[in-house]
Amino acid sequence: MNRFEWMTPDGIAHAARAATATVATAMISRSGLPATDAAVLKAGGIDLLDLMKEGLLSPHRLINLLSIPGLDRIEPQEGGLRIGPTVTLAQLAAHEAVRARFRALADAAGASASPQIRHLATLGGNLLQRPRCWYFRSRAHHCARKGGDTCFAFAGENQYHAIFDHRGCAIVHPSTCATALVAFGAVLEITGPTGARRAASLEAFLRLPETDLQRENDLLPGEIVTAIRIPAHPLTTRSIHLKQGEIDSFDWPIAEVAVALDLADGICRRASVVLGAAAPAPHRAAQAEAALSGRAIDEALLRTAARAALEGAAPLSRNAYKLPIFEALVRRAIRAAIEA
Amino acid sequence: MLKKIPPDSPRCAHRPAHDIVGPGAAPITLVVNGIARALSIVPATTLAEALREQLALTGTKVACDRGACSACTVWLDGAPVCACMVLAIDVGDREVTTIEGLAQNGPLHPVQSAFIAHDAIQCGFCTPGLIMSCAALLAHTPDPSESQVRAALGGHLCRCGTYPHVIAAVLDASRRGRSRP
Ligand SMILES: Cc1cc2nc3c(=O)[nH]c(=O)nc-3n(C[C@H](O)[C@H](O)[C@H](O)COP(=O)(O)OP(=O)(O)OC[C@H]3O[C@@H](n4cnc5c(N)ncnc54)[C@H](O)[C@@H]3O)c2cc1C
Ligand code: SF4
Ligand code: FES
Ligand code: FES
Repeated sequence: MNRFEWMTPDGIAHAARAATATVATAMISRSGLPATDAAVLKAGGIDLLDLMKEGLLSPHRLINLLSIPGLDRIEPQEGGLRIGPTVTLAQLAAHEAVRARFRALADAAGASASPQIRHLATLGGNLLQRPRCWYFRSRAHHCARKGGDTCFAFAGENQYHAIFDHRGCAIVHPSTCATALVAFGAVLEITGPTGARRAASLEAFLRLPETDLQRENDLLPGEIVTAIRIPAHPLTTRSIHLKQGEIDSFDWPIAEVAVALDLADGICRRASVVLGAAAPAPHRAAQAEAALSGRAIDEALLRTAARAALEGAAPLSRNAYKLPIFEALVRRAIRAAIEA
Repeated sequence: MLKKIPPDSPRCAHRPAHDIVGPGAAPITLVVNGIARALSIVPATTLAEALREQLALTGTKVACDRGACSACTVWLDGAPVCACMVLAIDVGDREVTTIEGLAQNGPLHPVQSAFIAHDAIQCGFCTPGLIMSCAALLAHTPDPSESQVRAALGGHLCRCGTYPHVIAAVLDASRRGRSRP
């Protein structure tokens, strides 16, 4: 790991002014060597330390967001929740209001990584972590996402890569929590280096390679995510997140699904179905949602919806096995949400 | 008794704001196994490195150094974390407990005795981390189900494959804990 300066900012504005780069911009280079003059934000530090130990990131300064008080609260707001960016995945998974009202998010947080990582990893960092593509994580492969010329995944080992929306790059979005948060229509509150604030829907904030091949999101240098807001949902909403790993322990998902259904008098008034580990951003299964909305869900309909969730899928040479897994997961998730 | 990190407490406000230290060595204080220890580290030092190389607490093992095996598990304010993915300078006033702190000059921790009784150790490299996770589990959940034990051990890799013995040891330690007067 390179040596760096350690900065303790006195608040959000100070931290935002001090940050000169995002981790994505600090990693883009023609030469394959990361920038050595970047001052970047640090939360739990899990993804940063991983990238730095691999020599993929060499920042000049880390700005410690954990020293800013007040960013680690979970508060009810207008029928929904306002979650501070430095809330840990362990806190999220155990929080009563999250479990009671937004179960899919608690499930997703609790299914991410290991207990030891969940006590350190923050929600903000989880949403903004870099992808896990093994070529991206290898210093020996200067791929297109890091400023090189090629994507190695299309002709190479792509069994854990995307089945949707892989134009030029086939990562799957690494955040398990993002899958659930997109299903709830979460909104990010962001403060920039000049103090200007903006709100962005998480779904629009996370980008596909066709829009930007080198950044998974729309965060600009000096911008800080100051809260993750979940809007109010009817009390009749039931949600669930299901993860399928290759092994039962702390492995990354090969497929995951978040479902939020507003069910009243046997009718599904509104359906949100989002697939994770499927595309470079959480993938909204719009055809499945349309199939469920306004209908009474029976076994035949949920089977139709599960097939519809895969509309538009284009598997790569080694990941067609994901299709039946996603279909089964969507079926199980809808059933589980109805029974919840 | 273990403290849980309260969800709304400010963490690590251990240095005056505006402070920039490094890239060279800087003084810090770590509270390890109940004792405040002053040391001088560069900001790039992990907690695992500080414990092993500066404080000679080599019970904490480093295998993957990437958060992916949990061999380096210690407690921060009672919560199990991987010491290889925490910077020492980021620990602040949170209390660090290592394997050396479980049974200081006293009787073994019930989990340690149960590991011996159940032959839950082979080469032993993963063992200190496993014991820290198991002891943290029993402190928060004295009567765990087998699936709770498996979930608590989910981050640990043991290349010797001691898992079934470890699970039996934890369940036994929990039974003994319950039958104690
Ligand atoms: C063994 C292992 C298994 C894992 N399995 C999973 C899994 O199954 N699912 C999953 O989702 N993740 C998994 N992870 C990844 C882990 O959850 C993330 O690395 C972690 O959540 C990142 O959070 P952090 O707080 O440590 O972020 P940091 O490393 O501190 O930061 C990550 C990025 O976010 C930026 N950042 C952080 N907070 C803010 C903010 N408030 N505003 C602006 N920028 C910010 C930083 O600049 C940096 O670019 C795993 C990790 C390991 C080691
Ligand atoms: S999938 Fe994306 S990150 Fe992976 S090699 Fe291709 S361009 Fe790089
Ligand atoms: S050595 Fe820390 S998790 Fe493997
Ligand atoms: S006993 Fe050898 S790795 Fe676990």
